[in-house]
Amino acid sequence: MIRRVRIKDHWGERRVFTIRSIVAGVLVAVLLSTVAARLFYLQVVRYAYYSDLSQGNRVRVEPIPPARGLILDRHGVILADNMPAYQLEVERDQVGSLRQLRASLARLAELGLLDPEDLPRIEQTVLSHRPYESVPIKLALTDQEMAVFALHRFEFNGIDVHTRLSRNYPFGPLTAQAIGYVGAIGPRDLEHIDPSLYAGTTLIGKLGIERTYESTLHGKPGYREVLVNAAGRPVTREGPYRPKLKTQRPVAGSDLVLSLDMRVQRVAQAALQGLRGAVVAIDPRNGDVIALASSPSFDPNEFARGLTFKEYHALLDDPSKPLLNRALQGAYPPGSTAKPYYALAALHYGVVTPDEQIFCPGYFHLPGSSHLYHCWKHGGHGEISMRRAIAQSCDVYFYNVANRLGIDRMHRFLSEFGFGMRTGIDIPGELPGLMPSPQWKRRAFKNPADQVWFPGETLIVGIGQGYMLATPLQLAHAVATIAARGRSFVPRLVIGIRPPGAKHMIPLPPIPGPTVRGITAAEWQVVDEGMEDAAKPGGTASRVGMNAPYQIAAKTGTAQVFSLRKNEKYNEKTINADLRDNALFISFAPADDPKLAVAVMVENATGEGGQVAAPIARKVFDAYLLPPPTTPTTPSGAPRPRQGATAKQ
Amino acid sequence: MILDELSASRTRRTLSAGARALRALRLDGPLTGVLAVILCLGVLVVYSASGQNVRMVERQLGNIVVAVTALVVLARFSTPQYLRLFAPLAYALGVLLLIVVDVTGHIGKGAQRWLDLGFMRFQPSEIMKLAVPMICAWYMHERPLPPAFKDLVVMAVFIAIPTALVVAQPDLGTALLIAASGLIVMLLAGLPVSIILLSIPLLALGAWGGWHFVHAYQRERILTFLNPESDRLGAGYHIIQSQIAIGSGGVFGKGYMHGSQSQLDFLPESSTDFIFSVIGEEFGLLGQLLLLGLYAFVIGRSLYLAMQGQDTFARLTGGAIALSFFVYVFVNAGMVSGIVPVVGVPLPLVSYGGTSMVTILAGFGILMSLHSHRKLVGS
Repeated sequence: MIRRVRIKDHWGERRVFTIRSIVAGVLVAVLLSTVAARLFYLQVVRYAYYSDLSQGNRVRVEPIPPARGLILDRHGVILADNMPAYQLEVERDQVGSLRQLRASLARLAELGLLDPEDLPRIEQTVLSHRPYESVPIKLALTDQEMAVFALHRFEFNGIDVHTRLSRNYPFGPLTAQAIGYVGAIGPRDLEHIDPSLYAGTTLIGKLGIERTYESTLHGKPGYREVLVNAAGRPVTREGPYRPKLKTQRPVAGSDLVLSLDMRVQRVAQAALQGLRGAVVAIDPRNGDVIALASSPSFDPNEFARGLTFKEYHALLDDPSKPLLNRALQGAYPPGSTAKPYYALAALHYGVVTPDEQIFCPGYFHLPGSSHLYHCWKHGGHGEISMRRAIAQSCDVYFYNVANRLGIDRMHRFLSEFGFGMRTGIDIPGELPGLMPSPQWKRRAFKNPADQVWFPGETLIVGIGQGYMLATPLQLAHAVATIAARGRSFVPRLVIGIRPPGAKHMIPLPPIPGPTVRGITAAEWQVVDEGMEDAAKPGGTASRVGMNAPYQIAAKTGTAQVFSLRKNEKYNEKTINADLRDNALFISFAPADDPKLAVAVMVENATGEGGQVAAPIARKVFDAYLLPPPTTPTTPSGAPRPRQGATAKQ
Repeated sequence: MILDELSASRTRRTLSAGARALRALRLDGPLTGVLAVILCLGVLVVYSASGQNVRMVERQLGNIVVAVTALVVLARFSTPQYLRLFAPLAYALGVLLLIVVDVTGHIGKGAQRWLDLGFMRFQPSEIMKLAVPMICAWYMHERPLPPAFKDLVVMAVFIAIPTALVVAQPDLGTALLIAASGLIVMLLAGLPVSIILLSIPLLALGAWGGWHFVHAYQRERILTFLNPESDRLGAGYHIIQSQIAIGSGGVFGKGYMHGSQSQLDFLPESSTDFIFSVIGEEFGLLGQLLLLGLYAFVIGRSLYLAMQGQDTFARLTGGAIALSFFVYVFVNAGMVSGIVPVVGVPLPLVSYGGTSMVTILAGFGILMSLHSHRKLVGS
């Protein structure tokens, strides 16, 4: 067996190594060139791209929220302004882990700074923001809460008190119905706003003027460029690296001037104290809403401050419904306040002449029917003409009118006064009410038996009962149209806008509504006089006109909340409080030159429209038409009616 | 040429004081000079990348002192004979320490790469970056080249043991570098071309198998490398920010200490693994090409010195040190510029940190010793 012995060949080995080294050297050169090529690609070919990226990296644009526009009444009284408020804010990446965040929030709840029930919601809010953003978790700390937090501040990382502009409503509940309120921006708001305009803003208009005119009030945010590190935290670098940073000032929102007259508004809200009801006062010459009151009210400052879950539900569940804006969200049968319109309809269609005497025996029945429709006056009014029928609110007269008009003409004519449709006031949530018609009934009911319009229903609608529903705002709007002899204006709260920095407001022209035509001056006069008589001794609203230095034209109404069974007698004392009649009142004054139209509605009142609602209207007229008393009737500041305190019934 | 000057020492021409000192210390002038330039640049960049942290610069200077001492001591006092004796000892000690680290790491239930000696912390896997090529060279020293199949198997085992132990730490990046340093010896020793060609499909197969073997975080690193945008804020963040830093530097850079990516902490690990991006951002393409040029010179000069080696051990060890240095440079530069996956490999001689600095300069010390202790007459 031959064994090949390999011996070391030094020269050969050196040669192998040299060749391999040279090959390796070439490979090294190739690979290093690859790296160089890659660097060339990044730094030369794609330089612009990466340069942009690095610019975006180091500079973060931080928004500066604009100051929200002020809201003023027609005389310049401030109804809503901005006040610095202390709010508790969390920066998540400073707090640490989710566990630490939870622990911190729980500790805040322990200290009484947060409501334990709100913790999951707050946690969600914090987590929905980016980690370096400062998220408000409690708006508007009180002095006491500030003290508590200051005492325990050392326990918290990443939670601190910041000063921000919050919304302040100096009159609180007095203006809540018209102005509404702002609240923390919620997921629903985010659907219809441009988030870039709201960067840095915590509050947004939720209701009322604050909501309708949100875009006007909000303004435009500014921004400042902030140097940040990779964690997104602002840094101020000491050292050679200091780039130029830009700042753009925000543009404040525009101020709004409202039609409200705070003196009248205060009187209206005060007059409703302890009652559930609403007052709407409109200038018939232009549609300006002078007062818009609903009782009980609520304090909008609490919404701007941020209600806890519990507080919000307490308001929602309050049986007196303070959050319901009865002035435009409460639809009530207008009762006898509908009669002047039917009188005008009768004149317009010529079914009655002003002087025609209709006999009122105290009841009415349709031909061929034995069902009796009673007049409120059991003995009857006897022979009665239109003027007296209005002043005395004779039901039988208007049963006859309705019977002659028929529901279609009633529907058509009252629609011209805005019944059954929204007035178009510039705050949200308004109900259209209901002006019934056979067509409506066919649409509204499923059961064919219910879809039939009965002649009796026409009579009931003829005295403002049955299906007919109207909001106090509609009542005021309609009576203002009578006061203006058929001319109407869309009710409005905002009469002027003052852009930021401007000295004077830009007035907004009144918005004309449809005009009621086809009624002669003499015919208007008849209805006017009937309403004036109502406010005179012997009329249903005689209390409103007592000792007034101006003439009031008015119509009372007492609307049943439920139908009495046959032969059942309405007895206030034996009836549940919430089933008692609603008291209504429509009016305008001075009768010869109307400057104010007022509608009053009091739910489940102890007494008729003339007794309960009329005196409220009188106070409103006095406040608006008479010179202000030398000594204020209410002490300075805003009297705040106790919430939920309803009339003792 | 400097080279001529050195060779001229034999002709007893007058030498400058510096050259005489270099010769006394048995250092190679050109290589030492360029290494010194790279180290100085490195300190400047660390100062900027650390956010002008003077303490870090001081510590880095300390690291350099230790590493340069290692280089000088090895170059001056070690001889090829000692080094040949030392190779198996270093290898055995290294394997032992790796086992210790793995065991304590296992007990400590976590990644354990460091050995705390009380006065200093020390990474045994670093020894292996030198010990593995040296043991392979030592093994092949007396044997004829090219290696027989049996020799290849033995060397493969020498390489596989420490590699496996480092993978277990787990430190895949270092393990790959150790394996590479051993493979370089095999290649330089004359690994048959047929085996090299055959190993390509085998490597592919191994990669496929390894995919199922490696840790999830390592798998993620590879996936993220392939598509950094898939995980912008996670693992891909490093790659994206690094490329932004390099790309935004342009040709001339943003200026020393004016790189926004590194100065504002967008670039992670800016003083260590991603320091090459800082150079790209602040000194631009020119700065990076200059550094790559210096590296290329170091690699070329080292290969040249290795080729002059008088025996197998000297040549193979020298060649492995030169090419390992290239691998470090390529892996790091490739990683930060996005052509190689992110593996925790520092940029040699520039990144902040002492361990790799000591290993690398010690390697160059050995290289220079092997070169300068040549017998004047060929064997």
